[in-house]
Amino acid sequence: MAELSKTRGASGVDTRPGANMRLLDALQYPLPLAAKLSILHRASGMLMFFLLPFIVWMFDASITSEVSYDGFTSAFVAGIGFVPGVVIKLVALSLIWAYLHHAVAGVRHLWMDATHSVSKQQGHSSAVATFVISIVLTIALGAKLFGLF
Amino acid sequence: MAVNYGSKRLVVGAHYGFRDWLSQRITAVLMALFTLTLLVQFLLGGPVGYDSWSGIFAPQWMKVLTLVVIISLAWHAWVGMRDVWMDYIKPVGLRLLAQVFTIVWLVGCAGWAVQVLWRV
Repeated sequence: MAELSKTRGASGVDTRPGANMRLLDALQYPLPLAAKLSILHRASGMLMFFLLPFIVWMFDASITSEVSYDGFTSAFVAGIGFVPGVVIKLVALSLIWAYLHHAVAGVRHLWMDATHSVSKQQGHSSAVATFVISIVLTIALGAKLFGLF
Repeated sequence: MAVNYGSKRLVVGAHYGFRDWLSQRITAVLMALFTLTLLVQFLLGGPVGYDSWSGIFAPQWMKVLTLVVIISLAWHAWVGMRDVWMDYIKPVGLRLLAQVFTIVWLVGCAGWAVQVLWRV
């Protein structure tokens, strides 16, 4: 593929007609807010998927007995094994953000389905609304989690 | 090809994606309604502690609702992750491995959660 080096631009983008963009090439461009929201929708979903055993553990420990419930609450203070409590709280905060972002962005999808609001301007304004709602709620719940109120 | 868009679109047959597109949305709505139900019960449950929290999951109707949501979550996550693997992993053998891992992961988590629900 000797001709490939001649057609790759300074950033390595393959400029031959019909050549597909690589993920890394796509990230060179300034993404619209709606695009950032969309990739975060995917990332938040994946985060929750990989942390699912932790989520089920929290459900298990909090439900099974008073003893296990105490173990559940102390995990956020004293930690689990060598992992300190503050790290557990940070993981929980990331899950809170992931859930809120994913759910609100998902509602945005349903909104787009129902009202066909798929223009660039509508995509931008609904993306702004999604970020505001999910981040405000994340901060509020995070403050509660870290004992700020 | 004849007219195949809008209301005249053929959406059955092999691999049209409609089932998965719709099931994502239906499972999402189910989970959203469940979250609201849970939130209301949690906020109206009085002082937060083991009794009020585990008491939410004690009634049979709540166990059944939670079971439906666990299954919905497993399906919703499967469709999502399958899409991710499909987008980023081109070699077939590697993608098969990722899909098998995903299914085992989800079935394991769902089974564990169901077991928790019914031993209390």
